[in-house]
Amino acid sequence: MTQEILKSLKAAIWFMFLTFPIMVIKVNTVYKTIEWRWMNMVFIGVGIFVGSFVWRWLLNRKDNPTVKKDHVPVSTRIQSYLAENPMAKRALQGVLLAALLCFPIFMNAYQINIFTVALMYIILGLGLNIVVGLAGLLDLGYVAFYAVGAYTYALLNTNFGMSFWVVLPIGGALAAIFGILLGFPVLRLRGDYLAIVTLGFGEIIRLVLENWNDFSHGPSGIAGIDKPDFFGLELSLNQMTDAIYYMMVAFTIITIFFVGRLQNSRIGRAWLALREDEIACQAMGIGRTRTKLMAFALGATWAGLMGVVFAAKTSFINPASFTFLESAIILSIVVLGGMGSIPGVILGALIMILLPEYMRSFSEYRMIIFGGAMVLMMVFRPQGLVSNFRRKYSFHGVDERLGG
Amino acid sequence: MDYFLELFLGGLTRGSIYALIALGYTMVYGIVQLINFAHGEIYMIGAFTALIVASVLTILGLNSVAILVIATAAAIVYSSAYGYTVEKIAYKPLRNAPRLSPLISAIGMSIFLQNYVLLAQTSDFLPFPRLIPEFAFMEPVSHIFSSAELVIVATTMIVMVLLTLFIKFTNIGKAMRATAQDKTMALLIGIDVDRVISVTFIIGSSLAALGGVLIANHIGQINFYIGFIAGIKAFTAAVLGGIGSIPGAVLGALILGWTESFATGYVSSDYEDVFAFALLVLILIFRPAGLLGKAETKKV
Repeated sequence: MTQEILKSLKAAIWFMFLTFPIMVIKVNTVYKTIEWRWMNMVFIGVGIFVGSFVWRWLLNRKDNPTVKKDHVPVSTRIQSYLAENPMAKRALQGVLLAALLCFPIFMNAYQINIFTVALMYIILGLGLNIVVGLAGLLDLGYVAFYAVGAYTYALLNTNFGMSFWVVLPIGGALAAIFGILLGFPVLRLRGDYLAIVTLGFGEIIRLVLENWNDFSHGPSGIAGIDKPDFFGLELSLNQMTDAIYYMMVAFTIITIFFVGRLQNSRIGRAWLALREDEIACQAMGIGRTRTKLMAFALGATWAGLMGVVFAAKTSFINPASFTFLESAIILSIVVLGGMGSIPGVILGALIMILLPEYMRSFSEYRMIIFGGAMVLMMVFRPQGLVSNFRRKYSFHGVDERLGG
Repeated sequence: MDYFLELFLGGLTRGSIYALIALGYTMVYGIVQLINFAHGEIYMIGAFTALIVASVLTILGLNSVAILVIATAAAIVYSSAYGYTVEKIAYKPLRNAPRLSPLISAIGMSIFLQNYVLLAQTSDFLPFPRLIPEFAFMEPVSHIFSSAELVIVATTMIVMVLLTLFIKFTNIGKAMRATAQDKTMALLIGIDVDRVISVTFIIGSSLAALGGVLIANHIGQINFYIGFIAGIKAFTAAVLGGIGSIPGAVLGALILGWTESFATGYVSSDYEDVFAFALLVLILIFRPAGLLGKAETKKV
């Protein structure tokens, strides 16, 4: 025990040293004054002292699991129960759907807006999940496709007056084409190179949008984009908020359905196989290029669609909405929720978007918490909050059913 | 001709800075096969530490050479300490995890460190004091090549030579090369691999800190975000030269520096970063192993 305390004490002193210049000293170079914030050092010391106990305890627990081998985590148990009882699954889906549909009746426009954004991120997360979670290709430039969709609608609408519903498929298709364009040259690369190239690609798109004034109006962005039109109805601002919300609910359901089906389809299995072992996969006759391109294209399509929705919803866009940070947020939704798991991604998006919204006073700490959570998640729970569940088909022998 | 020479020397200066940062990437990658995404942030923390220490000392009224030495030393000490700690927290527990996990952890660390500096200090650009004095003998050429640039290029060259000697001839250098070749075998012959990895991170981080101080001094302002772009570019340089190869990193950094310098000088300065990224994409398409790297064939 004394040894443990000593270890924590050492860690606390180390971190107090480490954070000293940045956390304690603050120099105002204009007025030539130094502010010494010794309280921060005390916080760090106490925080690290306590935290290092937790850290070691968690590491220890991870290395020597005390739980039994056949212990099934709660999330998996719920999922397998639902998979085996379609009635319960239908009932749960019904309740959730009813709650989603009734939501605008009880809530004000502000809340509905936040929820609409959360739904958008669910779809973005599910789209990225195809690329990262299923196919195992780390894409750090996902926001580029989002930007492609948004600018497609913004430009086509402001220049040619094309309507939302016409541009929606165009935006998706264009994003898919960009996905293939990016995917084609980089597919030969190993995982970590791929990550950097996609990151570079995302930055190129943003920089081009920022600098090509004649095309994209540069950093000042494009304003006055039309809201989506719903059967030519004249809608007030509040009704429009509701309408977009319902549209997003519909989109979300379609996406969940589509991605769920995709996961268990031939191509979905090919992605999983490719993620696990590329060489074995090719030996089995799965075309690597084709399969990976499909993942890129399909993932990008969703980003493109959401880009169109985003442009229509905010009616103003500029390159500042499409920074690497946005890619990082979507990626952390996927990682936090659980790569490859649809309920995981939904939960991840709700946590990442709703939590900061409802903790306004906390919002400046949002990114630092995201970053920290990504590290902690990888160290202690790499499978995410909801571990990916695949339905198991098992053969129980002939006599069990037929009675021998 | 003067313009050409100016661009050439500007590119050389840029390339030298990229080389200092790229070495950290390439050494770490050579040993643990990890893109240390937080490396750019280590460089940024080095620059910030130097700025803070230099500002405090300026207010206390020291002379500029003493400030330069102390601030640089502080930056190197702190950056190494951060590099060491980041490795222990974010990478060491993941040593046997799938490849994607440490990479995501590294991205998380990078976001964390950026926002840590943002919250603890400021999001504004801070002016960085000019610490490197103007040398009298540089007077005739100072319009194309400043003293600060000379210091950058010279420092980089000296550091490269020292690093090469260190890796070639010291025991820990030999252990590093052995670990890079085969980690399991290195363990078997009694090399403390954990220690080698720590030393690699410390060396890489100190080089990044040196680069941070030099560039901040040259450009004259820093903020919490400088590590991101610099990190990406240095990584590009490392990949260009062939990641894992030390001379490759230097070569790649110089080529990148010149590309940017000439492209902004003769084509357009708006797309400075685009050129770097485009170069990265092109290299990876046509020569994924880099200029001096060895193509890796996976055996089944």
